[in-house]
Amino acid sequence: MALLEIKNLHARIAEDGTEILRGVDLTVNAGEVHAIMGPNGSGKSTLSYVLAGKEDYEVTEGEVLFNGENILEMGPDERAVAGMFLAFQYPIEIPGVATMTFLKAALNAQRKARGLGELPTPDFMKLVREKANKMNITPDMLKRPLNVGFSGGEKKRSEILQMELLEPTLCVLDETDSGLDIDALKVVSDGVNRLRSPERAMVVITHYQRLLDHIVPDIVHVLSAGRIVKTGGPELALELEKNGYADYIGEAA
Amino acid sequence: MTADNETLRTAAERALIEQYEAAPTADAVKLLREKAIAGFRSRGLPNRRVEEWKYTDLRRGMSEALPIAEAPEAGEARAAVDAVAGFGDMAGARIVFVNGLYVPELSDIAGIEGLTITSLATALGEARPQGLGDLAGTVTDSALDLNTAFMRDGALIEVAAGATIDRPVEILHVATGEPAATYTRHVVHVGTGAKVRFNEVYSGKGRYQTNTAIEFSADKGADVSWIKLQNEGHQAQHLSTFVSALEAEVGFDHFVFNSGGHLARTQVFLRFNGENARAGLRGTMLITEDQHSDVTLVVDHAVPNCVSREFYKSAIDGKAKGVFQGRINVFQHAQKTDGQMMCQALLLSDEAEMAYKPELEIFADDVQCAHGATSGQIDAELMFYLQARGIPEAEAKTLLILAFLSQVIEEIGDEQAVEALEERTRTWLGY
Ligand SMILES: Nc1ncnc2c1ncn2[C@@H]1O[C@H](COP(=O)(O)OP(=O)(O)OP(=O)(O)O)[C@@H](O)[C@H]1O
Ligand SMILES: [Mg+2]
Repeated sequence: MALLEIKNLHARIAEDGTEILRGVDLTVNAGEVHAIMGPNGSGKSTLSYVLAGKEDYEVTEGEVLFNGENILEMGPDERAVAGMFLAFQYPIEIPGVATMTFLKAALNAQRKARGLGELPTPDFMKLVREKANKMNITPDMLKRPLNVGFSGGEKKRSEILQMELLEPTLCVLDETDSGLDIDALKVVSDGVNRLRSPERAMVVITHYQRLLDHIVPDIVHVLSAGRIVKTGGPELALELEKNGYADYIGEAA
Repeated sequence: MTADNETLRTAAERALIEQYEAAPTADAVKLLREKAIAGFRSRGLPNRRVEEWKYTDLRRGMSEALPIAEAPEAGEARAAVDAVAGFGDMAGARIVFVNGLYVPELSDIAGIEGLTITSLATALGEARPQGLGDLAGTVTDSALDLNTAFMRDGALIEVAAGATIDRPVEILHVATGEPAATYTRHVVHVGTGAKVRFNEVYSGKGRYQTNTAIEFSADKGADVSWIKLQNEGHQAQHLSTFVSALEAEVGFDHFVFNSGGHLARTQVFLRFNGENARAGLRGTMLITEDQHSDVTLVVDHAVPNCVSREFYKSAIDGKAKGVFQGRINVFQHAQKTDGQMMCQALLLSDEAEMAYKPELEIFADDVQCAHGATSGQIDAELMFYLQARGIPEAEAKTLLILAFLSQVIEEIGDEQAVEALEERTRTWLGY
């Protein structure tokens, strides 16, 4: 059984009815890494939001099965508990909520929903410090309000720290590489690669081949005008790097 | 309305005047009382045409005048006080008022060097206590008039010059639940260079009326933190007036935590009398159902080089209504005044309401003064982010409200007090 199955997904902006996704089909099996590339505004982030359950979008057609279960009626929190994780393209700042407090609330909420007890605070602190250290996140950052005053790269590293802590089965990374310096790109990619496992799948949205040098995908898709217009192996990313999207934009229109 | 317009008086106004006439006192402040009731006779209860009470129409909101509270039995008083979750064991000294009357058995006021606390009722039997009425006399206000006319008991607190009082002084007010009215008046003086913290707590159950007033003065260089925890019962009426004067170089922080009362008003009058003083006036309001809560400030920058910060945050649910009025007066010679006022509200339901009235009256030309306000719902983007991490909607909401309110609570600085107020906030949120 596929881990994620998206069938003929159509979605529009709830507020004004503009259709953004126009029939996306995508199947992701456990253990696979998929890359989604595509021009600005083609609907990549929208797809990730629709998967995560953001209310700004309305699904008008199609279905999304996660572990064989239709998740479109589930709230974002239920989807997270089911094992879905979205690393945001633009992680938002949450003033007044210390990063540590937030991580604890998230982990314990998921544990609780899965019928596990809360992690004792000392164990939790130890776990976070260990993982934070690997992501080059200082104890001082953990004390600060979530993402407030974090640099662009720090925000992205904080997303991956959350992912490592929550151990989802499907990781959707929306341009996690943007804004990262060369060293940070390595730290983030190593973090993602540590999570690669036969039970887990990744959907990596990116514009650049350089991320795919570190996180080598099994399958590469091109999303254009709300549809997947081309699917291939890692060589497709190289080809795009060379020729751009010109060949595919026409196809979608 | 004139004194002759008897027929236009509301039932509550008539009852208040009758109560006064029925029990004339001959104590040391009889003249003050007479003057106050005369003021009340001519002005009556404030209504919405009285600018200072624009959003809290007491003529309509106060439908009755409850009889003056009696002293409770010892056992009842103890039980009522035991039931109060105030600031726990933080306090060093503690003076307890049950139904507005001092209860020595439940208080602990002796033995702290530099701190003298006496009961107002005892003092009134002899002479007019020093300072009583001085600051209150600078304010014209009907709620304060009623307090002066009827004040029964209170605390006279003197902190000696140079003293440092390590643990907070708690002034605890508890109502046992009788349908009755209490009138307490405290006069607090902090000497030169002294350092002290006060916790003023109100708690109770049932339908009762609290009218409380504090006259507070701090001499040169004093360092004072004052936290008021207003946790009255949800059917109670709470009227409170804090009149204060700060001498040079005083550092003063006042925080009001408002969550109780059916109708509650905290009015703070603060006057800078000496240069290079600093005041931080802050607070939170957490109200729901049909609660009405009002915080009204008047800050007089009467001298140059003083700094004031006014920062209030509210979380309003149900059909509750919050009111914030802040007035900063900068006198003509008060150059280099720095006053920044901010009021922010989270409206948690469609019917929740927040009224905001800022006023800056500036007669000096070299000042920095500003005010701002925001009012809105919980940010949907923040909610989505938290939920996307598996945090259920209700908990995400709670976290965000707590975070919002914490931003002002944390400005208190004192860790123990911050923790106590955040804990109260969590309790209110059911977290
Ligand atoms: N909530 C929204 N309100 C209005 N327009 C939106 C909203 N969400 C998406 N759009 C529009 O939908 C289109 C697709 O946006 P989306 O963010 O999914 O693109 P993308 O492929 O992620 O682009 P990029 O590569 O620049 O990140 C864009 O034209 C965008 O402006
Ligand atoms: Mg995008």
